[in-house]
Amino acid sequence: MEERRAVYQIPVGPVHPALKENIRFVFDVEGERIRGVDIKPGFVHRGIEYMGMRRNLIQVLYLAERICGICSISHPIVLTQAVEQAAGIEVPPRAQYIRVIVSELERIHSHLLWAGVAAHELGFDTLLHLSWKVREKVMDILEELTGNRVDYAIPIYGGVRRDIPPEQYPKVTEMIRYYRGLFEELSDTFLRDASVEARTRNVGLLTPQQAHELCAVGPVARASGLRKDVRQDWPYLVYGDFELSALTPEDYGVEVHGDVYDRIIVRLLEVGQSLDLVEQCLREMPEGEITSFPKIPALLAHLKKAEGEGIGRHEAPRGEVIHYVRLEEGVEGPVVWKVKAPTYSNLMPWAPMFREQEIADIPIIAAAIDPCMCCMDRIHIVRKGTSEEMAKEDLLRLSWEKTRRVCG
Amino acid sequence: MTALHLVWQSAVVVLGSGVLGLMYKGLDRKLAARMQGRIGPPLRQPFLDVGKLMVKENVVPRDAVPWLFHAAPLVAVVAAVTVLLYLPLGPYAPVLSGHGDLVLILYLLAVPAVAMALGGFASGSPFASVGAQREIVMMMSYEFPLAIVVVGVVWRLSTLGLSPAFSMATVAANPLWTLVGPLGVLGLALLLLCLLVVTPAELSKIPFDIPEAETEIAGGLMVEYSGVNLALFYLADAVKTVAMGALVVALFFPYGIAGPLGLGGAWGALVDQLFFFVKVFAVVFAAVTTVRVAMARLKVDQVARGFWIPVTAAGLAGLALLVLDKVVMG
Repeated sequence: MEERRAVYQIPVGPVHPALKENIRFVFDVEGERIRGVDIKPGFVHRGIEYMGMRRNLIQVLYLAERICGICSISHPIVLTQAVEQAAGIEVPPRAQYIRVIVSELERIHSHLLWAGVAAHELGFDTLLHLSWKVREKVMDILEELTGNRVDYAIPIYGGVRRDIPPEQYPKVTEMIRYYRGLFEELSDTFLRDASVEARTRNVGLLTPQQAHELCAVGPVARASGLRKDVRQDWPYLVYGDFELSALTPEDYGVEVHGDVYDRIIVRLLEVGQSLDLVEQCLREMPEGEITSFPKIPALLAHLKKAEGEGIGRHEAPRGEVIHYVRLEEGVEGPVVWKVKAPTYSNLMPWAPMFREQEIADIPIIAAAIDPCMCCMDRIHIVRKGTSEEMAKEDLLRLSWEKTRRVCG
Repeated sequence: MTALHLVWQSAVVVLGSGVLGLMYKGLDRKLAARMQGRIGPPLRQPFLDVGKLMVKENVVPRDAVPWLFHAAPLVAVVAAVTVLLYLPLGPYAPVLSGHGDLVLILYLLAVPAVAMALGGFASGSPFASVGAQREIVMMMSYEFPLAIVVVGVVWRLSTLGLSPAFSMATVAANPLWTLVGPLGVLGLALLLLCLLVVTPAELSKIPFDIPEAETEIAGGLMVEYSGVNLALFYLADAVKTVAMGALVVALFFPYGIAGPLGLGGAWGALVDQLFFFVKVFAVVFAAVTTVRVAMARLKVDQVARGFWIPVTAAGLAGLALLVLDKVVMG
């Protein structure tokens, strides 16, 4: 008798209701069980780095803001850090505090957005509407502080573009009180709901070992028990002044499983952590200048003279984001601009997460890393209408060629 | 009963059930939206949806089996309407009373699901195939508890010397709650609970909407359907909602209010008819609307385990209590 059962392939994507952006999975499925997965990114590559290398640095800042609509403060923060390092620009303390406040507010709205998406993937639309309703509060505060719900346009090289006057503090503290009051309700609806637990406990497992080896970042790594957080490990801005440690499910008083449920715990805890940070920033923020270059032409002139390279890293809501820039004297824009979004590091952990799970788990596991495809897609090669794949060897050869070309 | 009578009564049921089903759908959507903090669509939205689908293109996939693909929605809607002809839809006997009994109703209720599964397999799409497999597993899960409920009620009626016990008219004319002892009431309550759990599964609503599961398999069974065919499935679903509500009402709440209110004649019939609509809606609201806003979608193995162990156990316990009641009451 034939022992082997039929393995058939189910394609998910590039367009599928479970995916908010385009990516392609090909699952090897046996019955309802997933035996293997092949992941093909590259459908939403926009060539942003290329565009950036042909513009001046102020324009690049706005471009960086549009890499991701949800982490729309993270990318400018990292870019400014990298450029400030390359050009040797100091940032006044007050500006650093304002950057931290806005980026922590962004973390709150991003995690609440994720909670809604995750609930929708589980078919729990009531929770989706609840999370997005409470998310409106932080969106209102962001609009109040920056003028925009997304794309805040706050950081600029050498500081920030807009101060937070003391009249606005009460509104922010009122928001903090609002969310603290909601925390019990949110953890009740997400963590103590039997149907959510049934769908997320022991689903999409990632062991600490795998998370470490596959370089998982952000909440995905922390939910697997790795205490890994750029804000704690390599403090930047004023994060070093705060007592801040990476949160894992252990901080909620439960054992680490490394499943989707743990990722919900970590994100909920981080909302609380961000509230604490914002509160502390408001309390400790010193008076003073908000930028070291009040005049944009002076800033541009300084940047044009700058020569050097810089790396910025920041803990975005989804994990570590890195920008690398190289500036050359006499060139207005960056000669090299390299962006690494957190989703890129979290692609590989998808493979062990999907293995031996069911078809029904695909949407929630895909959502569990909070993917952002268009931030992550760096390359897509289409030649004569056919899409080619680049293997490791091809990429290595290309990078050698480029090094030779750059070094002349 | 003359043939002419039969024809016009059936016509009223067919048209009425469609309208009623779509009205219930509208109410369900509106109330669910309010519970989720949304405004929700207007009450007439399901009518607009059906109207729009009727004029849309009816696409047949290249890999489909066309005759089966087209037959499935038709079979589903016809079977769903036929169930209603055997159910009491107000203070009078079913249209086809005496031509079929509860067992036939059970079979007819299964037909739309089978038709959907066949339509899914005939679609020639992997998502539809997965959906169809899930639909079959779902049916295997909830049919047994459903049968236990029906058998329990009917068996207790037959021990009271009422016959034909399987006839819907007998069931509806003799509410069991007052005919059995305290143990029997407890048993009936358990059976009612089982039936209320089976209702959303029978109607493929959250948490049991796994054959369609929009976020997982993109609509599953329905993924390749469009235009008139999709409208027919939509109507079949609406009519089946009325049928499930009417079945629960007929088995457990066949009471009228015209008697207690002292109304008779045409006014009494009208009041009872309206009261019947309210009862059916109350059942749909309790078993479908509130459940679907309060839960996440389950997985197919969780559903199968849930129906085979706890729900079946509750049903059997209810049945055992009815047997005990019979022994005690003599």
